[in-house]
Amino acid sequence: MLKGRHLIDPMDFTLEEMDELFELAGKMTEKPERYSRICNGKILATLFYEPSTRTRLSFEAAMLRLGGSTLGFSEPNSSSVAKGESIADTIRTVACYADIAVMRSPKEGAPRVASMYSDIPVINAGDGGHHHPTQTLTDLFTIKSLKKRISNLTVGFCGDLKFGRTVHSLIKAMSRYEKIQFIFISPEELRIPDYIKEMVLKKENIGFVEVERMEEVMGSLDILYMTRVQRERFFNEEDYLRLKDTYILDKDKMKAAKEDMIVLHPLPRVNEISYEVDRDPRACYFKQVRYGMYVRMALIAKLLGVDEGC
Amino acid sequence: MLNINGIVKGLVIDHIRAGLGIKIFNYLGLDKAGFTVALIMNAPSTKLGRKDMIKIENVIDLDYTVLGLIDHNITINVIEDERIKEKIKLKLPREVENVIRCKNPRCITSVEKYLPHVFFLVDEDRGEYRCRYCEESYPLPEV
Repeated sequence: MLKGRHLIDPMDFTLEEMDELFELAGKMTEKPERYSRICNGKILATLFYEPSTRTRLSFEAAMLRLGGSTLGFSEPNSSSVAKGESIADTIRTVACYADIAVMRSPKEGAPRVASMYSDIPVINAGDGGHHHPTQTLTDLFTIKSLKKRISNLTVGFCGDLKFGRTVHSLIKAMSRYEKIQFIFISPEELRIPDYIKEMVLKKENIGFVEVERMEEVMGSLDILYMTRVQRERFFNEEDYLRLKDTYILDKDKMKAAKEDMIVLHPLPRVNEISYEVDRDPRACYFKQVRYGMYVRMALIAKLLGVDEGC
Repeated sequence: MLNINGIVKGLVIDHIRAGLGIKIFNYLGLDKAGFTVALIMNAPSTKLGRKDMIKIENVIDLDYTVLGLIDHNITINVIEDERIKEKIKLKLPREVENVIRCKNPRCITSVEKYLPHVFFLVDEDRGEYRCRYCEESYPLPEV
C-alpha cells in the first residue's frame, strides 16, 4: 500500500511495490486518457530550492495529465526561504494548501526532514549528490518497458562512475533483481567507488567487470547507460585528451552493439552521445524522458491513493 | 607494581583502550570531582596488552551510550561493600542523538540548526555510523 507514503530513497519501496507502480505506469503509457481526471481537485506543490527545469516540468506535466493542479516555487530567492524559513515550517505550511509535495534541494537530507514534519506525501526530486529516486524509477521503468524485464541483463555504465549519483542509485536498485551483470566503462580516475563494490556488488554476489574502453565490451551489452565525463574531473589534461573520445558514443561504436541493445542517458547530454546516434532506433534517451513522466504520474496517483478502480 | 586501594562503594571503569582513559576522565568531568578518583593508565592487561582504568569512590550516573561510543570494549563494575555487585559490558549503541555531529557541509543539518544530529550504527565490526539525513558515514566517529 503506497497511499500516504513518502519517497525519499530509491530503496524505500519493496520489489512488490515497485511492480505495482510499474504496472500502473504501464497502463498509463498505453491509455493516458483513462487517467486524465483522477487527480481532479488535487494540488501538487513543487518546492524547488535550486533550479531544475527538467525535473520540475516532468512533475508538473505528470500532475496536469492526471487532471490536477500545481503550485510552488522554482528557486529559493522567490520564496519564504529567502526570509530564512525552516524546511519544517515550510512543509507544514504547504501541507495546508497542497495534497502532495515534491522537493528539490542542494542540501542532502532536506526531503527527509520535510517528510518528518509533513502530513502529506513528500517526493524527493533530488537532494545534492545524495538521492534522486524518481530518476531511478524512470530508468527502471524504461528498462522494463523496452526490454520487458529487469532481470537477466548485462548493463554497461559509461563515463563518470565515481561522482554520478544516478549511476550509484541505479546499480543499487538493479542489484535487487536476478541475473544482473554490470560492466563499468570509465577512466581509472572516475571508477565506481569501492563502497559500491564492497557493500552492494560483492555483498549481493553480483558479477561486474571494469574496463577503460567502450569498444572492448559493446557487443556484450543489453543496455548502455551513458553519462557525461567532465573535463574538470580529470587530474591532468593529458589523460583527458587521451581518453575523452572513448567516452563519446558515435555511429561507429554502435556498429558493434547488439541489434536490441538500448542506449539510455539521464540527460542533459553535452557531447558524450553524437547527434548522429539519435537516429538509431536503439537510442532510447528521449523515450526515457517520456517514461519518466508516466512513472511520475503513477507515483503521484499511488501516493495519493487515487488509482483504485483504474 | 603501583598499588591503589580498593573502593568500598563506587564504580570501576575497566578495559579502557590504552590512551582513552583521559578522554573518558575529562568527559565525565572527574577533574572537578569532590570524591576519590583514580585514573590508571597503561596497566598490563592479558586481554588488551595495555589498558586504562578509572576508579571512582562514588556512585555517579553514567551515560552508557556515550561511553559505548568512545570505547565499546569497556566493562563497568559496580562496587558495594568492596565487592563487585554488577558487571556491565558496554556495546556500540544502535542510535545516537546529539553525540556525534555531521561534518558534511552539504548536509541539511549544516543549515537547519534545530535538527538533532542523529546517527545509526551500520557496521558493528568497523564501528561505522551513518547520518540520518545525508547518510555520510563515519567509521569510529569522534565524540
